Amino acid sequence: MRDLFNIGLLLSTIRLATPLILAALGGLYSERSGVINIALEGLMLAGAFTAASVTHYLQNPWAGLIAAICAGVLIASIHAIACIRFKADQVVTGTAINILMIGLPPFISGALFLSTGSTPQIPVNKLIPWTPVVIAFLLVFVTWYVLYKTPFGLRLRAVGENPGAADAAGISVTKIRYAGVLLSGALAGIGGAYLSIGQSSLFTRNMTSGRGFIALAALIFGKWRPVQTMLACLLFGFTDAIAIQLQGVRYGGEEIPNQFIQIIPYLLTIIVLAGFIGTSRAPRALGQPYEKER
Amino acid sequence: MKHLRELLFPLIAVIAAFVVGGIFVLAIGDSPIKAYSELIGNAFAWPDGIGYTLFNATPLIFTGLAVAVAFRCGLLNIGAEGQLYVAAFATAWVSMKFGGVVVDVFGQKVSYSWMTLPAVILVPLAIFAAIFAGAFWGAIPGFLKARFGSHEVINTIMLNFIAVALCSYFTQYHYKVPGDPIMQSAPIGESAHIAHLGKFIPGLPERIPVNLAFILALIACALVYVFLWKTKWGYEIRATGANPSAAEYGGISVRKQIVLAMAVSGGLAGMVGINEVLGYHHRYYDGFSDNYGFTGIAVALLGRNHPVGVLLAAILFAILLRGGIFVDAFTDHVSKDIVQILQALVILFVAAGARYRGSLNVFGLLKRSKV
Amino acid sequence: MLELRNITKRFGDVLANDHVNIKVKPGTIHSIVGENGAGKSTAMRIAYGFYTPDSGEILVDGEVREIRTPHDAIALGIGMVHQHFMLVEPMTVAENIVLGAEPGTTAALDLNKAASEIRALSDEFKLAVDPHATIETLSVGQQQRVELLKALYRHARILILDEPTAVLTPQEVEEFFAILRRMREQGKTVVIITHKLSEVLAISDEVTVMRDGRVVGELKTSDTNAAELARLMVGRDVLLRVEKPEAKAGETVLRVQNMVVAVADGTRRVNDVSFEVRAGEIVGVAGVEGNGQTELIESLAGLTAQSRVSGKVDFAGRDITNMSARDRKELGIAHVPEDRHRRGLLLDFDLAENSILGIHYRQPAVTGLGGILLDEKGIERRARQVIKDFDVRPPNPDLPARALSGGNQQKLIIGREFELNPKLLLVSQPTRGVDIGAIEFIHRKLVALRDAGCAVLLVSAELEEVTALADRLLVIYHGQIVGEVDPKQTSNEEIGLLMTGGKKQ
Repeated sequence: MRDLFNIGLLLSTIRLATPLILAALGGLYSERSGVINIALEGLMLAGAFTAASVTHYLQNPWAGLIAAICAGVLIASIHAIACIRFKADQVVTGTAINILMIGLPPFISGALFLSTGSTPQIPVNKLIPWTPVVIAFLLVFVTWYVLYKTPFGLRLRAVGENPGAADAAGISVTKIRYAGVLLSGALAGIGGAYLSIGQSSLFTRNMTSGRGFIALAALIFGKWRPVQTMLACLLFGFTDAIAIQLQGVRYGGEEIPNQFIQIIPYLLTIIVLAGFIGTSRAPRALGQPYEKER
Repeated sequence: MKHLRELLFPLIAVIAAFVVGGIFVLAIGDSPIKAYSELIGNAFAWPDGIGYTLFNATPLIFTGLAVAVAFRCGLLNIGAEGQLYVAAFATAWVSMKFGGVVVDVFGQKVSYSWMTLPAVILVPLAIFAAIFAGAFWGAIPGFLKARFGSHEVINTIMLNFIAVALCSYFTQYHYKVPGDPIMQSAPIGESAHIAHLGKFIPGLPERIPVNLAFILALIACALVYVFLWKTKWGYEIRATGANPSAAEYGGISVRKQIVLAMAVSGGLAGMVGINEVLGYHHRYYDGFSDNYGFTGIAVALLGRNHPVGVLLAAILFAILLRGGIFVDAFTDHVSKDIVQILQALVILFVAAGARYRGSLNVFGLLKRSKV
Repeated sequence: MLELRNITKRFGDVLANDHVNIKVKPGTIHSIVGENGAGKSTAMRIAYGFYTPDSGEILVDGEVREIRTPHDAIALGIGMVHQHFMLVEPMTVAENIVLGAEPGTTAALDLNKAASEIRALSDEFKLAVDPHATIETLSVGQQQRVELLKALYRHARILILDEPTAVLTPQEVEEFFAILRRMREQGKTVVIITHKLSEVLAISDEVTVMRDGRVVGELKTSDTNAAELARLMVGRDVLLRVEKPEAKAGETVLRVQNMVVAVADGTRRVNDVSFEVRAGEIVGVAGVEGNGQTELIESLAGLTAQSRVSGKVDFAGRDITNMSARDRKELGIAHVPEDRHRRGLLLDFDLAENSILGIHYRQPAVTGLGGILLDEKGIERRARQVIKDFDVRPPNPDLPARALSGGNQQKLIIGREFELNPKLLLVSQPTRGVDIGAIEFIHRKLVALRDAGCAVLLVSAELEEVTALADRLLVIYHGQIVGEVDPKQTSNEEIGLLMTGGKKQ
């Protein structure tokens, strides 16, 4: 058991937590503005696919990264327009985007690369294995600063808590919410890009496999605060790293089932949400389209 | 006339989705007409087209009804996926434990069974297991919401992953035939198999897997209709969904309704297991669900949370599911992924259009459609 | 200074403002009075850019100005304090005040600078507000002062206050008026929207009276009196006459002993209340809104999901303190809730379905299979009965409740509850937002129910209404019954004094 905890495990925790942190911070901007974002999964897929495709064509991962950000913003704008302009149910719209992004990348991949399963392999020297990690951890503190030390952060929090009050103070609720949702697209896009051009070297169908939802769980577990959310992501990354290390490892003659470690983040989230570990209070206006009272 | 109006809005949403989907097809250099005729054109051939469409529609009817019942209570059940996995595993487990000797993947005769029950007892028992397990898994987020006020959307998402992981654990470590490379359970007893409809319908070959579960789905539609609009329980659920404060004023326990609605919803989702395990795979097969739970959201939204609408919408999506195979095979560039894209677009258009019908939210979408 | 010229605003079918002209002079305190729904708030929200008028213009300092959003209004020096405070509760006072007008740069918010400015303003007007406190921890009166600071911080010269005293205790009202006078001294202009005439006379220099969306009077406060203002406000003799014979009170139906209703945060909304209601009498509860009336009635009806009740409640000799709402209804307690949209109706359900809310589980609503199936014929019969007896229009049971006017919605609810032949009726704001014709109809029905031997507990924010209907009158203040009076023997001034925490002479 002792040899389980080593530098390798630490590095692997950090690497596994990185996409979670990026997506969760993205979710934070959206949800702090009052828009539920269960579309993080889909936004990451958009980023992952675009990054892999563009990097393949241009042989430049930086172009891939920027394209991934654009793709995330583009797809997030669908969520934003539906939720803010058309006041659609935010959970339903998010679900639609997740379904869309299960289909769209393989659809395009099939046309571009004649393979719906994956995009072409990118050479190792064209990958960016560490930059997104640095970006992710830097963004935690940037987000903290933005949220608590800038006018934009103040407005974002106000809009998510009490849009009526923000409106009365002369703030455009609509603009702030668009900004929140589009930022979530950008950040989740980077998170996705890290999966395809950082951790691996191509895009495969549905390669996020639930990371968007884990990021959402981390956001709730972290009580919608940047540093706590990062800690939650590290915890979930750690459980993931353990699960990988334990694969095939026998302990006292018995294989330790992976599944039990996998469900830890989900169980913890349910427990936190039920209020057993402190209270996790969502932004008060979360999920409600803003309408002026009459 | 009134019924036609009810149909109009979903129809517009579907047409809009197809138009946008068509643009995607054009963008990758294929003909939308060709793609759509492959997608839809094969659905109406007898017997294969219709038989497979109904087979594909069966799980979607169940999940569509599941989402609709929860919607009517003001709840969004995006946990149908997890509920149907748990239910499928439960029904498989019962059918293994009481199914007698079976022939496994290696052609060996083996028994995993405690006792052998005849079909007349085992089939109802297995069906009950599916419904009960689904209802239990659905009731958990219902209970969490009623007791702790935690949001059912997040909890159902989390429970989906937990369900999949648990079923996969039991399959991998306890109920797999040793040496079988596929993640699936041992076969269920033959007395638990339910008949394909081909057995009763002349001209429908028995190889087509549409089975008695489809009939159950039709019955479920009727029962859900009666339950929601003709019983006092349905009244209570709908009142809770329409205005929880007024429901409380009317002496209705909102908490109880939340748990009840989620349990009924989960039970309906669980019935997918009947189609998949008892009627088709004849074993628990890891990852068998083609996102049925999520498609159920599209089905319910498009079907305006009404059983008749759910039935029609399920058939539409079933046509697409099967059509995807032909699109894959017979167009140059378009893959079956167009189906997911269309599904997503339909949901987006229905959800975004909801406001513009003068209603306040998607739950209100279907406001009182008395058939 | 601020002038509204020919402002017209329509919400759907309702003409909220009909060619409204209001002129506010600089350095004055100007009241706008009128009943609920007279259009006062609408006019002022237009001035603040919350709504855009359909026609008409707004002048600031004699110039026509375009005010499309609150942002525009703020830029012109107009500030508004809303009836429901527009504060972000988990944030601090300073954060709330600077919101939308943040000091510092885009990249760095300077809250320390803000805090010192706020402290200076607070001292200048003697507001005693701590910039670093979190809003959630402040009293209502303090929160209101934060709202004032918000406007002052933005250099507002014109302050619009919507029903500012509704939530204040009498002492707080005095302090508040002192603040307003200080503001006037400093050259600010104040507009107060209110329906309390005593306040108009106490604080303002000029007054505009509105009724049914129109301005019906512009007066100097010194030239007028309460009676004149009241006549202008309601447009008829204020005395609401209800023909009713002497009550023949019978046995005690409801006995409440030392009842306490506490909400989630532990606040006692109803604090140690004891009283009785007898068969054949109407007991009125008078009080300024928000003094525990809602919690009192809802707790007696068994709607206690948000609160904890202690003490003892007896109904017809039975202890019902912990009984469910449904069981209470079964025993003969009917309830007309104060808010028909929130509590009383399922707006998207049709009239038939609404007519059985609360009895949907028993005869005549159910039939067959051991009373599981709804009896559609029985439900329709019941609906038609209510519609006929209570003159609900249009008389179509298939219409959604949403399609009815406020008065008809209210008649539907009252009919539904009366049809139960209750032994006790709990009724709250029975005529709020209801047209005159329906008011009289409802009042007659209430008296008839009393004369049939029902015990009635009536809560209304309209003092005229409770004094006209009640045989005995309880006055509630801060969750406590502070007096019982005979409405025929007591003047409204005396009752008003009790309602605001004053002592009976």
